[in-house]
Amino acid sequence: MTHDPSTTPAGVPSVQFVTPPARASRPPEAPPAEARPSVTLTIDGREVSAPAGSTILEAARSAGVDIPTACYLENLTPVNVCRVCVVEVAGSRVLAPACSRRVEAGMEVQTETERVRHSRRVVIEFLASSVDTSLAGTRVPDGSLAGWAERYGADPSRYGPPAPAAEAGARDTREPGHHHQPSGQEAAHAATVSQPVKVDNDLYVRDYSKCILCYKCVEACGEDAQNTFAIAVAGRGFDARIATEWNTPLPQSACVYCGNCIGVCPTGALMFKSEHDMRAAGTWDEDAQTVTGTICPYCGVGCALDLHVQDNTIVKVTSPLDSSVTEGHLCIKGRFGFEFTNARPPVSGGHGSGPDGPSGDGAADR
Amino acid sequence: MDLHVVGPLASPAERAAVDALLGPPTSGWTGGVRDPRTDGHVARGGHAARSRRDLLLPALHALQDRVGQISQPGLNYVCRRLAVPPAEAYGVATFYALLTTTSRPRAVAHVCDDIACRLAGAEAICADLERRLGPPGSPRDGDVTWLRSPCLGRCERAPAALYTIAGEVPVRESTAPVDAASIVARLERGASRRSGGDQTNGHARDAAGPAVTDSVPQAGSPDLRLLRRVGVVDPTSLEAYLGSRGFVALQEALAMGGEAVIREVGDSRLVGRGGAAFPTGRKWAAVAAQAAQPHYVVCNADESEPGTFKDRVLMELDPFSVIEAMTIEGFAAGASKGYLYVRGEYPLAESRLRGAIDSARSAGFLGPSVAGSDFAFDIEVRRGAGAYICGEETALFESIEGRRGEPRNKPPFPTDVGLFGKPTVVNNVETLVNVLAILEDGPGGGARFATIGTPDSTGPKLFCLSGHVTRPGLYEVPFGTTLRELLELAGGVPGNRSIRAILLGGAAGTFVGPDALDTPLTFEGTRAVGAALGSGVVMVFDESVDLVGTLRRIAAFFRDESCGQCVPCRVGTVRQEEILARLADGVAVRSRDEELALLADIGQAMRDASICGLGQTASSAIESAFRQPELVRP
Repeated sequence: MTHDPSTTPAGVPSVQFVTPPARASRPPEAPPAEARPSVTLTIDGREVSAPAGSTILEAARSAGVDIPTACYLENLTPVNVCRVCVVEVAGSRVLAPACSRRVEAGMEVQTETERVRHSRRVVIEFLASSVDTSLAGTRVPDGSLAGWAERYGADPSRYGPPAPAAEAGARDTREPGHHHQPSGQEAAHAATVSQPVKVDNDLYVRDYSKCILCYKCVEACGEDAQNTFAIAVAGRGFDARIATEWNTPLPQSACVYCGNCIGVCPTGALMFKSEHDMRAAGTWDEDAQTVTGTICPYCGVGCALDLHVQDNTIVKVTSPLDSSVTEGHLCIKGRFGFEFTNARPPVSGGHGSGPDGPSGDGAADR
Repeated sequence: MDLHVVGPLASPAERAAVDALLGPPTSGWTGGVRDPRTDGHVARGGHAARSRRDLLLPALHALQDRVGQISQPGLNYVCRRLAVPPAEAYGVATFYALLTTTSRPRAVAHVCDDIACRLAGAEAICADLERRLGPPGSPRDGDVTWLRSPCLGRCERAPAALYTIAGEVPVRESTAPVDAASIVARLERGASRRSGGDQTNGHARDAAGPAVTDSVPQAGSPDLRLLRRVGVVDPTSLEAYLGSRGFVALQEALAMGGEAVIREVGDSRLVGRGGAAFPTGRKWAAVAAQAAQPHYVVCNADESEPGTFKDRVLMELDPFSVIEAMTIEGFAAGASKGYLYVRGEYPLAESRLRGAIDSARSAGFLGPSVAGSDFAFDIEVRRGAGAYICGEETALFESIEGRRGEPRNKPPFPTDVGLFGKPTVVNNVETLVNVLAILEDGPGGGARFATIGTPDSTGPKLFCLSGHVTRPGLYEVPFGTTLRELLELAGGVPGNRSIRAILLGGAAGTFVGPDALDTPLTFEGTRAVGAALGSGVVMVFDESVDLVGTLRRIAAFFRDESCGQCVPCRVGTVRQEEILARLADGVAVRSRDEELALLADIGQAMRDASICGLGQTASSAIESAFRQPELVRP
């Protein structure tokens, strides 16, 4: 998606993003894995073959069966905690998470029975009644939570209007086993995880009102990608939360600002500060953004970058999940080191200075 | 991983407490004094330190016991010693209710306000304590405080309290019955001494040793099998144990060989007594057949189901039997290491078990050559820290491994991938003690055991009677005894009042009405009336009880004890408690029928979609009560 020079307002300094030409040769790939023997199972009555060791979700998707997920992401170990992907497996007392249950020969899987639909509906209601899911799912391939709510007839409002938000930091110190038991009056409102957004650094913000506790950020920070272990799940039950030790602000924590947690967050709880600020100012407009694929200029690894550009300014950087180099993960330089591109040479009229000073008003300068 | 540890240094007391467990640090890399001559060139710590991750929870206990809280410097020191990232260690420390990461007085009374203690006036005690000491947890800078606690497993003598007094010689002590005055007196006595109390041996102990018959009214009866030593044989003496046919079953097992042991246990048709009723022989055979090594055995002594105290009585009053049975289990399953995970609320059981293990080891019943054979086996005791969920077998593994007690998805089952990722047998305490009854009379014992009880529920069974019965306590009867017979054994309801409801199986169990009194107490018999035996809880509620208040307490219990990992349970337990609060306080946001329909919707999703048994049963008792309108009528 090249930013077409012809649409650039006349007079804008020539900062342009160009898709690199197709590479003559692809980087070497790992040798193909040995073909695994396949097993045959039925999904919704249809016979399906899948490689041994694959999950029900993989088998279903390869057969074109749509199963919603929230805590699942291809580049992370499945934690099967959201339970949106549950399916009915014949002979099983309870429903099984499709994202992590392995296929077995002769398995009979039903993905849309009344039991399945009921659990998905209630789980979506639980999420939407306790968490701000307004941005959930829009940026993952699975579709949005709002879309699933409609598909399963979920009505989060039946648990009551949301209870008032907690004060800053209040949820961070709740002790396990000693929750405040609501009076009947208090219980007329549905408890939520609402709280003020945490802004303690220049690169990204943490809005835990939007956190569905999918564990993805913890996995990306730890074993699945970065091996930094700056965050973990703390507390217990409904008071469980993502936290640094003693809720230390990020600059004092082990965080290295790779931003891989943002890359995997499905709900917008973790967000580039640039995006957060633009949303607050009402200037964030995904329809006006282009995405340009390129290679990170910093070192020799060759990480694939997708530059999200609005008004000729980089507002966010991601990496494709299917990149064999990054698997979606980057380091601080690739993720956040684009600010220099926004440092436009001073031109009389002083436009184009970054996200807060979008260009487009400089036509008269040249 | 680059360990990023910031903040002040641990106090000498904190370091000493941790070093007493882990040994002194070997270099500046693992928390010791930095020496540039030796530490400057070679990085130590690494794998060797990380491989001791399973000592994280014991190290946190060491800090909590010594200074009464997990301070940031103290936790940092543990992190350096074990090479655990501070964020992860903080996540573990904030998971357990008996650990605190905030400032708290050194002497704490954990006062049980759970369902059985409620019937015995716990709310009045809490109100009285609030007048004397202030609200729970206050004052943070004072010497003493009190907190509410879930079931402490002393329901037969309710109400109960657990004292934890931090110090150089820490005190952990569980007592029942208590009142507000005795609680305050005990706290003040503990706070006034530097060492934390009038301890003599550093071990936790039972205050004011009650008569055994207060807990086990049948004690001494010749008909008992599982409880035959209780109150008769000194639980602290190996000689006394040996003098009462102790270790006979182990000798028989060693003589007949592991396969024969598994065959006998299979023939007995013994099933697990922890609540899930899985055939014990099949579990043992599955692990014995696994090629992956090593195998582990785990004794699940994290008895936390409200209303349950059977395992506590066995561990306190016949600890050697648990050790002997675990050794047999290890022999049959091909394991040389066993872990005994006992809940943190059972200090006396823990110290008795530790004592029994030490004596058994000195006498050669544990160690490299068990009872002179070429079978090597040893047992390590691990203490829980206040988390009901850790009674779930895979959460228990996570807890032993030094992680948050979050259950794993099954399959794979523990017999394939268990503790430390290895094939593992997990058995409940009562289940294990049954194995002795199967083996101690030699070959054919399994078949003889199977003649006790009914064809589908074999053997003797322990029942925990509490609430409105004349003689609450632990009772041993053969399967098939009816509920009415059991209640008569316990002297019926005091004052000849009528029964409103009986809770079978604990908070995760089922309420039945007086019409179920002739139900035979078997797996099949209770299933026929839509109930389950669970862990053997029989809690009686007479006509005076406000059952909706009890249900609200059950809902609060699950709200507190949900680990928070999966959505159906994490949010479902909150929504369930909200509905119960509205119903109990008469706050009508919709009709009662609509509230009950919503409750049923929540229950079904928790039952179908939760990861583990906690979420799957969190609505069981509550829904069962509302299905019988006569139980919850005002």
